[in-house]
Amino acid sequence: MNLRNISVIYRKELTDALRDRRTVISMIVVPIFLMPVLTIFVGVLSAHLIGRALLQVPAVMIIGGENSPQITTALSELKDVHVVPAASDYAQQIVDKKIRAAIELPSDFDALIARGDTAKVRIDVYQGEINSGFSADKLQKFFQDFRERTIRERLDARHLPANLAEPIVIEEANVAPPEKVGGVVLGGLVPYFVIILSLTGTMYPAMDLTVGEKERGTIETILCSPISRISLVLGKFLMVLTASLSTAALAIASMGLTLAAANKMVGGGSQLKTMGFQFHITPASVIWVFVMIAPLAVLFSAALLAISLFAKNFKEAQSYLSPLTIVVFAPAIVSILPGVELNAGLSLVPILNTSLVCKEIVSGTYHWGYVALIFASSCVYAAGALWVAIRLFQREDVLFRI
Amino acid sequence: MIAAESLGKEFHDKKRGVIRAVANLSFFCTPGQVYGLLGANGAGKTTALRVLATILAPTSGTARVAGFDIRQEPEKARQNLGFLSTATALYGRLTALEVVEYFGCLHGLNRTEARRRTLLLFERLDLDAFRDRRCEELSTGIKQRVSIARTLVHDPPVMIFDEPTSGLDVISARTIVAFIRECRQSGKTVVFSTHVMSEAEKLCDTIGIIHDGRLLAEGSLQELRNRYGCVDLEEIFIKVVGG
Repeated sequence: MNLRNISVIYRKELTDALRDRRTVISMIVVPIFLMPVLTIFVGVLSAHLIGRALLQVPAVMIIGGENSPQITTALSELKDVHVVPAASDYAQQIVDKKIRAAIELPSDFDALIARGDTAKVRIDVYQGEINSGFSADKLQKFFQDFRERTIRERLDARHLPANLAEPIVIEEANVAPPEKVGGVVLGGLVPYFVIILSLTGTMYPAMDLTVGEKERGTIETILCSPISRISLVLGKFLMVLTASLSTAALAIASMGLTLAAANKMVGGGSQLKTMGFQFHITPASVIWVFVMIAPLAVLFSAALLAISLFAKNFKEAQSYLSPLTIVVFAPAIVSILPGVELNAGLSLVPILNTSLVCKEIVSGTYHWGYVALIFASSCVYAAGALWVAIRLFQREDVLFRI
Repeated sequence: MIAAESLGKEFHDKKRGVIRAVANLSFFCTPGQVYGLLGANGAGKTTALRVLATILAPTSGTARVAGFDIRQEPEKARQNLGFLSTATALYGRLTALEVVEYFGCLHGLNRTEARRRTLLLFERLDLDAFRDRRCEELSTGIKQRVSIARTLVHDPPVMIFDEPTSGLDVISARTIVAFIRECRQSGKTVVFSTHVMSEAEKLCDTIGIIHDGRLLAEGSLQELRNRYGCVDLEEIFIKVVGG
C-alpha cells in the first residue's frame, strides 16, 4: 500500500467522475433538489386535493327516517351536503363514488327523540377515501350538534344544570418540546432519505470505476502500471466513498434548509405550531446524523465496489445492485414504523441500527451507549466489506470475468 | 531483457475443467531485439504476454523482466515495462495530456517530470494539437498514438505488444510498426505477439511459434526457413502447427 499512489488514483478518479454527467446527477443534483422538490410537490398536491375535497358539496343519501320529517328536513337544509333520493343500492353507490356517504335513521327518529329515548344513527362511508371521509365528518358534526342541543333541551325541561351530562372534561396537553414533537414525525423520514440517497449516490460511481473499466477496456491499462492492487482498490474506494458522503451531506443540508423554509412558511400562529410541531433539525443533529451515516457510507461504498467488480458488464452489475436497494430499503422502512424502538439487539442490525439512531438524534434524544455500539458495529461491517473488495481485486477470475 | 523459464498458466473453468493456456514456455529476448510470438487465435499469446506483464500470475515457472522476477517483484517488473495492446484503452473523459501524465505519476514520476516527459512525447508523436482534447473525442489513430505515449512516458527498457495492430487501419498499423522499430533501435527489449505473418517477417529478430500454449519452434526467420525447407513464413507456420 502506497499513500502517494492511492492519492494519484483518487485524484484521477475524482476528475473523471466530476466530468461524468450521470455521476454528477446522482452525487450532487439529486440530493440537493430531491427534498425541496418532494416537499413542494407533495405539499402543493396535498393542499390542492384537500382543498378541493373540502369545497366539494358531497351527495349523501338518507336511508329510513320515513316518519321523521324534522330530522330529514334539517339534513336536507344543510348547505355543505346535497341529499339525494334514497336507493336500495346505496352501499354500492358509495363504493362507486356516486354518493359519498349514507345516513341510516330509524323510521320513528323524531318520535324517539321527542319521547326522550335513544335513536341509533349509522353513517355509511368508504373508509380511507378522502371525499367520503370529509362527508362523514360533516354529518358527524351535524349529529354531534344535534345531540348536544337535545341534551340541553332535556336537561332544561327537567330544570337540571347543563353540566350534569358532563361530569368530567378531558384535556390532552403536550409536554414535549416542539423540536421533539417535530422530530417524532421527521425522525424516521430524515435518515430514510439520507440512507437511500447515500446508497443511490454510490451506485453509479461504483459501477463506473469497476465494471465500467472492464467494459471500456481500461482495466488492463491500469493493471499493467506498477501500483499494487491494494492501492488501486483503495484509491477507487475513496472516490466512491466521496460520492456517498457528499450525497449524504448534501441531502442532510438540503433537508435542513427545506425544513427551515417550511417552518417559516408554516408561521407562528399556524395550527401545526399551536399543536407543538417544529420542523427543524439542529446543527448538532445534522453533525451527528452525518457521523452515524459515515460508516454506513463506507459499507455501501465497499460493498457496491465489490459487487460491481464481480459483474461482467454494466447490465449485469445493475441486475445485482437493484435487489440490493430493496435490501437497504427494507430496514430503512422498518425504522419508520411506529413502535420500532432502538435496543441492544437492533443496534447490531446493519442499516436498521443507523436508521433508528438517526431517528432518535433528529428528535433530540442521544443514547450514547447505543450511539457508540452502532458506530462500532457499523465500522466492523464496513471493514469487512472493504476487505472483501480488496480480495476481489486480487482475483484474476473476477478482474477478467468478461 | 526478458527471460521466460518454463512458464505455465492454467485457468479453472466450472464447465470445461482445467484449461492449460500456456505450458512450459521458455524464451529469451535481449535489449535491441524484437521477439515475436506467432500463433493462431487462442494459441496462448495474450495469456503469455499478460503473465510477463504480471497482469496474470503464472501457475508454474517464472520469468525475469529487466532483471526482476515476476513472481517475487511484480511491481518492479511492471515499473520497467511498457504494455500495449488493442485492448489497453484510454480514459475517455480525461484529456490526452491528463492520461499520459497520470500514467507517468503511477510509474513514480513527480507531476512536473511527468508533464515534461509528456510534452516531449507529444511533440515527438505529433500530438500537440490534441493534448487538451478528451480521449473519447479522438480518432482511433490518434488514440493509438496517445497509447504509445502512455507506454513510453516512464521510458521503460522492456516493451510488450499484444497484437498491437489488430483491428487498426493501414495508417494506424504503420505507426505502430514504426514505433516497434524505433524501440528496437533505441535498445529496448521488445516482445510482441501477432497472427499476421507479414508483420512477423518484417519486424522480428527471433520468431517463436506458439500453439496450444506450447512453444513449438523458435529461431530467426532464416533459421526457420532452413529448418523447415520453406521460404514463406505462412508455410513454415502450417508445417509447425500441423494444420
